[in-house]
Parts: sequence; structure tokens; C-alpha cells
Amino acid sequence: MARMKFLCDADRCIECNACVTACKNEHEVPWGINRRRVVTINDGLPGERSVSMACMHCTDAPCASVCPVDCFYTTADAVVLHSKDLCIGCGYCFYACPFGAPQYPKVGNFGSRGKMDKCTYCAGGPEADMTMAEYEKYGANRLAEGKLPLCAEMCSTKALLAGDGDIIAEIYRERVTTRGYGSGAWGWQTAYQESINV
Amino acid sequence: MVAQSYFARITLTLAMLAALFFAAPMAGAQEPVNPTARSVQEQQLLEALQGGNAISGRVSIPDQRAADLIKPEGRNWSGTHNSTVYWTTTAVVLGMLALLTVFYFVRGRIRLEHGFAGRTIKRFNSFERFAHWLTAVCFILLALTGLNLIFGRYVLIPLFGADTFATATQLGKVVHNYIAWPFMLGIAIMLVVWIKDNIPGRIDLDWIKAGGGMLKGGGHPPAKRFNAGQKIIFWSVVLGGAALSFTGVLLLFPQLAGEPGNWQLAQLAHAIIAAVMTAVILAHIYIGTLGMEGAFDAMGSGQVDVNWAREHHSLWVAERDTAVEGEPRGHVAPAE
Repeated sequence: MARMKFLCDADRCIECNACVTACKNEHEVPWGINRRRVVTINDGLPGERSVSMACMHCTDAPCASVCPVDCFYTTADAVVLHSKDLCIGCGYCFYACPFGAPQYPKVGNFGSRGKMDKCTYCAGGPEADMTMAEYEKYGANRLAEGKLPLCAEMCSTKALLAGDGDIIAEIYRERVTTRGYGSGAWGWQTAYQESINV
Repeated sequence: MVAQSYFARITLTLAMLAALFFAAPMAGAQEPVNPTARSVQEQQLLEALQGGNAISGRVSIPDQRAADLIKPEGRNWSGTHNSTVYWTTTAVVLGMLALLTVFYFVRGRIRLEHGFAGRTIKRFNSFERFAHWLTAVCFILLALTGLNLIFGRYVLIPLFGADTFATATQLGKVVHNYIAWPFMLGIAIMLVVWIKDNIPGRIDLDWIKAGGGMLKGGGHPPAKRFNAGQKIIFWSVVLGGAALSFTGVLLLFPQLAGEPGNWQLAQLAHAIIAAVMTAVILAHIYIGTLGMEGAFDAMGSGQVDVNWAREHHSLWVAERDTAVEGEPRGHVAPAE
């Protein structure tokens, strides 16, 4: 089994936000929630870089470790998923997440949080693969169809890579060697406690 | 004029062309332009990060929270939550239960030295008792639903299964969020009603030196309406309750707390203070029920036995007697 990861090559990302739009549409993500977003660092300055970020499906995921109802699980492909049936919307995973991935639809009084929603790596949830019940709660299950996450698949500059960690790391390493520069595998140190050495 | 202008333009154009022609080879002779020379590097940004800050930028979606790209601090918070908070709560709560058990077997129930007189005097009126029980019931609900968030995963899921536990915990979250408000009301009422009897004084030092008469028999040190032990409970409840209310409201309304680093801090403070308060209240419950003969009546019926009052609050009884004797006949409060 693969160890699925995301890698955004910031030297290629042109901040077109197509990954954000594709994700919202593919999974019918609720209003106010963005499973993926593009952040521009040093916007407007020389050397600015844009990074497309979502749940990084961390090794030893901090969200899973703090969940009071233990609703997270890691698939055989190392994708971090959760059960919306168990989630109580306490917000702990948001405090723990280094990437701001968990989000909550606003329901009821006060700041009451609904069931947490986050990037599923296009791998659905605990329901049976490719069922309507799964789609309604978590969106499409492209992994079960043998496809990679849509955000990376349709990235026009191939900045965003998804797939087995070793393979995409090799692609990135090759790029950096060939072109002679790279601003880093954003988030890898924090998510996987490893970086790509070129 | 027109001809002159044309001439000027042609001259300018030729000059520019010439400049380009000569300049191009010069530029080629320089170092090649590196478009990434000033590029931001993740490693540098990570090294420059301070504490709970995030690597942030600009997002075009209308949610500024999404502008935080990487917050490595999240992992530290989860580590603290899973170790420090978990073990502090375990140690403080179980430690207090153990302490009280040992105290019960060593000291036993603190009995009235002269038995019950059979005659009672009023200690707490119905409003005071209402404030106490409002806060008490709320606190117990809040403490149980709060402890559930820390220990339920490890203790209750194996017993009841994930689905039942999640349903109960979901209900617990709603209870915790709503019961918080009457709890705050109770704290506020108690503060107003009892603060005048809870100002610390010299007499409290003597009471503490004598161990409150709890450690050994042979009489209790003198005390007014509240002894030093009760004053400690009062101020723990008021200050602890205020701290819990403040951090709790920040957790209910995250936008008030500002950045996520503040939420993390509020959550940790809320959990640790709650653990300490739970231990304090366990001791309070013990001494108010099982631990001391005649104590429960004060908050039960509001009437305490005269002998209990004389033994535990000698100065309060004395003050009360003078006040009653000093009053003109017509104004004596009717017996309830």
C-alpha cells in the first residue's frame, strides 16, 4: 500500500485557485467551508510564493490524538479520515491541526459547531465506498475509483502533486535539481517530520 | 512645427533603438537573472517563527482564518493536552479522593462534642441555599461532562462502544454549553450575598494554625460566620469560577479570543483550573456531608443545631445573640 501525501511545488503554483474550486464542486462542500485554499506568502513583494494547502494527512496526526470521541482513523493508504456520525464538533482538532484543515458548519446558538468537515484526500468516509450516504457526508470517493485527488489531477501547472510520498518526493527532487531552485516541500516538516533533501 | 515634431520623434526612436542594440550585449555579459533569488523559503520561515505564531499570507477566499498556512504549534498543544492535562487531572482528582479516604479512616467523622441540643438556629435563608444549590448542581453537571471529554475516550468507549459514547458526549457538549450560564449566575449571586462574611482576618490565621480543629479532637478554634476553611472554599469558587467562566466564554465564542493560539491557551487554562476546582469541591462535598456531623443541615434545611453552631462558629453565635438581645421587642424576627 502507498503512503499518500500532498506536495505543493510553490515555484510552479500560479494562484489560479482552480484546486479550490474543483474541490468545492467535486464534493459539494457546504457554504463557508473550503477544504483546500491557496495562500500567498509575501504577496506583492519580489519572491512571493503561493502554496495550495489542505489537510496534509499527517503522520501521527495530532487531530486524531486529541479527539475526545476517537472519531478519526487512518486508511491503509495512510489517509486520515473521520466519522461524522461520531464527531461532536468540539473543536479540539482545529486547535491541534497545524494546517487549519478542520472546519465546522455553524449550527444552532452561540458559536455552536456542527460536524467537522475536512479534506478526505478524495477518499470518502467510513460508509461503504461510492454510496450515496458516503457522498452526502464526505463527498466523492475517487480513490475507490482508482483515481487521485481531483485538486492535484487537474492542476494546470502540475504544482500540486498527490500520490505516494516517495514518488512525488522524487518528482519534486528532480524538478529542483533540473531548474536549480525550490522553496521547499511546504508543510512536510510539520506533517511528516521529514523534508525532501535535494 | 509638424515637421519639427516628426524629426524629434524619429531621432528619439533611433536613439532608443541604438540604446537597445548596445545595451543587449551588455546585459548578456552580466550574471544571468535568477528569478528565485529572493524567493521565500519554508525552512527560513519556520526558523523565524515565534512560539504560537503561524506562517501566514493572503487568501482570496473571504475567510481570513484560512490565511494561516502552517501552525506548527498545533502539535505542541495536542501533546500538552494529551499528557499534561490528562495527567494533571488524573493526579489532582484521584489524589484528592485518596486523601479524603485516608482522612476518613484516620480521623473518622467529626462528631459534635456535646451532642445535639435539639434546638436549631437559622444559618442560611432560602435565597442563599438556592444560590448554593444552583451553583452546585451546575458544577456537578459541568464537571462530569468535562471529565468525560478527557477520560471518556479511554474509560467509557471500551465499556459502551463508540456510537453510544458519541451520542452521550454530544448531549454532554450541549449540556456543558448551556449549563455554563446558570453556573455563572450562581457564582455571581454567591459573591454578592457572602462576600461581606468572607473578608480574611487575623482570626483566620489562628484557625489555620489550629488546623481548624479537624485534625484532632478537643474543641474547634473560634470562628465567625465563616471559618478560614470556608473562606478558602468561597474564594476558590469565586475566583476559580470566574476564571472558568472567562476561559469558557472564549471557547464558546472563538471570535472573541482572536487568534487560534489564544484558544489553545484558553482551553488549557480551562482544563487545568477545572481539574483543581473539581478536587477542591470534592473536599467541600466530603466535609459537608460524610465528614462532619451536623454540617449538612446548614445547606439542607438552613437550620443548624445550636451545639454545632457554638462548636464551629462560636463568634457568629455570640454576635447573633447580642444582636437579637439588643433589638427592641417589637422587631424580633418571627420564628420560621
